[in-house]
Amino acid sequence: MLNGDRFDLAASLTVSELLAQLDIDPRRVAVEHNLTVLKKPAYDTTRLIEGDAVEIVNFVGGGAR
Amino acid sequence: MDRLVIAGRTFSSRLIIGTGKYPSHQVMQQAHEASGADMATVAVRRVNISDRTKESLLDYIDTAKIFLLPNTAGCYSADEAVRTARLGREAGLSNWVKLEVIGDEATLFPDNEGLLEATRILVKEGFVVLPYTSDDLVVCRKLVDAGAAAVMPLGAPIGSGLGIQNPNNIRIIREFITSVPVIVDAGVGTASDAALAMELGADGVLMNTAIAGAGNPAAMAEAMNYAVRAGRLAYTSGRITRKAYATASSPADGLIGR
Repeated sequence: MLNGDRFDLAASLTVSELLAQLDIDPRRVAVEHNLTVLKKPAYDTTRLIEGDAVEIVNFVGGGAR
Repeated sequence: MDRLVIAGRTFSSRLIIGTGKYPSHQVMQQAHEASGADMATVAVRRVNISDRTKESLLDYIDTAKIFLLPNTAGCYSADEAVRTARLGREAGLSNWVKLEVIGDEATLFPDNEGLLEATRILVKEGFVVLPYTSDDLVVCRKLVDAGAAAVMPLGAPIGSGLGIQNPNNIRIIREFITSVPVIVDAGVGTASDAALAMELGADGVLMNTAIAGAGNPAAMAEAMNYAVRAGRLAYTSGRITRKAYATASSPADGLIGR
């Protein structure tokens, strides 16, 4: 699952590879893998497999709510 | 200098601004500049995977000047808020969080029980926690005991623009909460509301909609900039006591025709 939606992995990917595939700048996001927030250095070493839950978030405009 | 200090960090402005609901990123940028604020709160949300064309908010915030304060707006449980705070820390690389745990959809009033729980967890994890709370001294005290770096009582419901609905509660919180800053968060509608919050002794005011939703956000931001400074100056200057009757300002002697 990626951001709450089903996402099919063509092959096993690292988080870095996933971000590259999605055209997302890793410096501007945070990634949660199976409820654990990843530190940036772990993007290269964390491999995603079927059934994983991934959240990719960034900052958006907001004051409250 | 009379500066706002939170958790050892000094801010030149006592106005904290939001980044939501502006008509455009450009208008937000102009308003930020006019506000003089050096801290802005941002929300943490899922990246839109299917549409990557949207511009990034961060392209329009000068992070060399403006300190980013990730928030947990929209979170309805301590768990959700803690998860969001952890993600915000990783996205922004600072350990500060404007902690919100909302308890009611219509009023967006805080769930103070969940707020306390999340504060305790995040303080243990090394976060600088700035909790959005009810204007309730007892809750504020518990938050301070839990390690909050400031307390942020609401002036009125978020986005309502009603102004400070219970000035006496803010005054009481100010009187008894002295170990951390008191920041009025939410409810401001116009400049006099911000000035009043400061005159009541608040150390700062946080607002979003009052500026972003104004007809001219940049001009309103400038008004808020003045209002917060004026209110602070008035508070520290020692206002006169209220009297029921007149006291003449001009001498009674030397009047003609007497």
